[in-house]
Amino acid sequence: MTLQAADTISSIFAPVSTPAAKEADLAKMVLVLSAAVFVVVAGLIAYSVVRFRGRAGEQGTEPPQVYGSAQVEAAWTAVPVIIVIVLVLATGRVIHEIQAAPQPPNAVEVTVVGRQWWWEIRYPKLGVVTANELHIPVSDSGVRQPTFLTLESADVAHSFWVPRLAGKTDLIPNKTNRMWVEPHEAGTFLGQCAEYCGTQHAHMLLRVVAEPPEQFARWVEQQRQMADTAPADSGAAAGRRTFLKTACISCHTVAGTVATGRYGPDLTHLMSRATIGAGVAPNTRDRLRAWVRNPDDLKHGALMPAMQLDDEQLDQLVNYLLTLR
Amino acid sequence: MTTTQFPIAADTDESAPSVFDRLHEWVVTVDHKQLGIMYILFSLVFLVIGGIEATMIRLQLALPDNHVVSAQAFNTLFTMHGTTMVFLVGMPILAGFANYLIPLQIGTRDLAFPRLNAFAFWITCFGGLLLYSSFLTAPALFGGAPAPDVGWFGYAPLTEPTYSRGNATDYWIIGLIITGFGSIAGAVNIATTILTMRTKGMTLGRMPLFTWITLVVQSMILVAVSPLTASLILLLLDRSLGAHFFDTQAGGSAVLWQHFFWVFGHPEVYVLILPGFGFLSEIIPVFSRKVIFGYPVMVAATVAIGFISLGVWAHHMFSVGMSPAANTFFAVSTGLVAVPTGIKLFNWIGTMWGGRIQLKTPMLFAIAVLVQFLIAGITGVMLSVAPFDWQLTDTYFVVAHFHFVLVGSLLFAIFAAVYYWYPKATGRMLSERLGKWHFWLFLIGFNLTFIPQHFAGMLGMPRRVYTFLPERGLEIWNLVSSLGVAFQVAGVACFAWNLIRSYRRGVVAANDPWDAWTLEWATSSPPPAYNFAQLPVVRSARPLWDLKHPEDPDWHYE
Repeated sequence: MTLQAADTISSIFAPVSTPAAKEADLAKMVLVLSAAVFVVVAGLIAYSVVRFRGRAGEQGTEPPQVYGSAQVEAAWTAVPVIIVIVLVLATGRVIHEIQAAPQPPNAVEVTVVGRQWWWEIRYPKLGVVTANELHIPVSDSGVRQPTFLTLESADVAHSFWVPRLAGKTDLIPNKTNRMWVEPHEAGTFLGQCAEYCGTQHAHMLLRVVAEPPEQFARWVEQQRQMADTAPADSGAAAGRRTFLKTACISCHTVAGTVATGRYGPDLTHLMSRATIGAGVAPNTRDRLRAWVRNPDDLKHGALMPAMQLDDEQLDQLVNYLLTLR
Repeated sequence: MTTTQFPIAADTDESAPSVFDRLHEWVVTVDHKQLGIMYILFSLVFLVIGGIEATMIRLQLALPDNHVVSAQAFNTLFTMHGTTMVFLVGMPILAGFANYLIPLQIGTRDLAFPRLNAFAFWITCFGGLLLYSSFLTAPALFGGAPAPDVGWFGYAPLTEPTYSRGNATDYWIIGLIITGFGSIAGAVNIATTILTMRTKGMTLGRMPLFTWITLVVQSMILVAVSPLTASLILLLLDRSLGAHFFDTQAGGSAVLWQHFFWVFGHPEVYVLILPGFGFLSEIIPVFSRKVIFGYPVMVAATVAIGFISLGVWAHHMFSVGMSPAANTFFAVSTGLVAVPTGIKLFNWIGTMWGGRIQLKTPMLFAIAVLVQFLIAGITGVMLSVAPFDWQLTDTYFVVAHFHFVLVGSLLFAIFAAVYYWYPKATGRMLSERLGKWHFWLFLIGFNLTFIPQHFAGMLGMPRRVYTFLPERGLEIWNLVSSLGVAFQVAGVACFAWNLIRSYRRGVVAANDPWDAWTLEWATSSPPPAYNFAQLPVVRSARPLWDLKHPEDPDWHYE
């Protein structure tokens, strides 16, 4: 599978999903008000400095001393109060619309678990487990189908952020958070962890693939297949034996084998993903081999150790991984 | 204008002491002026260190996928930069100004507890040195980071032993506990001094605005720093004795730490910015040649900010999953802060209105603060709109916002204050020519660095990332931001050279070089150890105005 083309711009003002659109609309209103306030007040400052600049001939005399004015103070107290009231009312409404939105019965449910430094993604009702690349259906204007996310963390605090889909919600250990997204157009949208979570916080990247409902259903169907079959190729078969006999299986799962670890990403359908190392490199043979040889080379500080495999073992292991489609 | 003034004692001639004697005097002194200057020099040293860290951060982020420093080194840099600038620059430099100015402004001879004052300075100093000694000692242990890399906010459970091995985080905790004791001791001392040692006639309503603001700020320090110290002790118990306050693996709470930290952290922002407002409230009237507009309203706004700031902490936590009701509450309380701060801004403009503005270096910095604080305030209101904040929080937009507060407003105000009071402390004027170079270079550099960060944040660039990917529209903003640093460094170099050169070769300053109105200008420059030969008696908030204009004194109008 080739690297899926993604729209790389992640501006919060290019929303493609309901919560992000509501946030962007509110943001635009706030920006307009802000610009008006800035122009007026900065104008007053500039005017005072230019108009009341002292001139050479006035040395030694003082201008009239004005101690204050209750009316003027009342006026410039009232105006900010009114602006704040307007903002607060709009804010309260959007908070409620987003946070208190009811979950429709046909919503897709996904559990996202933050980990140093990758995303575990589980679809409990669909029996699908994957990592770092979240697939969700596009919500049709006729039949709405939003995706509701349950957010948890296995270690430290993280934050789920795909700017074009929704604002951030943190993933915090010992706390379960909820958020929802509802994309209206298909595409691959980029995001990343937004809460500092340690050494490789910068490379805890996230891709969300929004696809038409039929295509999403096909993806689910494919993810539910057993990918691990005894490979015909002898090299790959040797790689499979290496994989199953080393500590790989302590951390990784390949459905249908003895590998049931959960500390690292599920590899059952590794090759259906576009990237490895939570987005640090494209998922190609070459990069995959470099990653397995020593993850630290691609992502300094990554918690996966180098397994000290020799070149032949590496080639065989990568051949096996390439069969996990 | 008459030349009447309060009596000033002639300097008694002493034979020049040896270098050793002078050093010894600085170490054992309990004089508020010497300690104030030591606080300020200590902070300026750390300003340079924190600035070097910031420069390295911007070098690393100048280009995408850059490799100037490693991920771990970068995380150490932003942790130490934030910790240094807040605890070893902002807090102590403001303590230094309060130390130096408060007894002079209220017409007394020293702080209430001079020995406590010396203790507060030295313990702050040693706390800072302890924090930095982490670089020398920690890396040997357990492969941990050589210095703290948990962020200046130290979010749990990243600070727990499982995720933060070695001892760097312990240096951070203990360093901050110790500087915190210094802040609390200083706050008790300064607040007591203001409340009990004002000269005859100086009622609360006649205190200079800087003194008023300092009183509010020192009270806030007592309320805000104590919870931080307590939380740090809990964290130390977690790390050293196996307690589980924030240890989520054993049932502790990560969110609890965030609440504890921001109960300190948000009032802290006002603890830092309010003294800047104090400087402006002294400087803008003098260089506009007008009395401050709406003195009682300015006092009320200061007290209001102090109170409201205690109820806004969770606006740092809109994305942690609070209820809609809680999010709305903190959006409302945060929006309310805009009202008294807006009033302050308008009153400064009202002071300039109809005045005769003299664009000397202190006033240039003060005017820049007005515009830059306006921007900081507006972006602050944007962040108070919780749904907007869900997009903006933890991005470079927030970095830009609070640097407009802490650099664009506070640091500019501190520069204004240094140019304004340097003649009082040293007896020499700072060079106006170098001052203007400093001002324009720093103004350009600051805005080049921080305006683009607003856009980087809105384009999806999170904070605290050691690198960013190309082709996301972020290159130009980061490159311009890094280029701005060069101008800032040049500006600070002019400033440093000005401080050093003017100390020996500056124009000799008169006792009242700016024709100002508060009591510090009624004594010699620099003031004698006892400040005033005879304690002054005041009848208004501008005692020197009254002396200079006996035909039209302020107390006719107050």
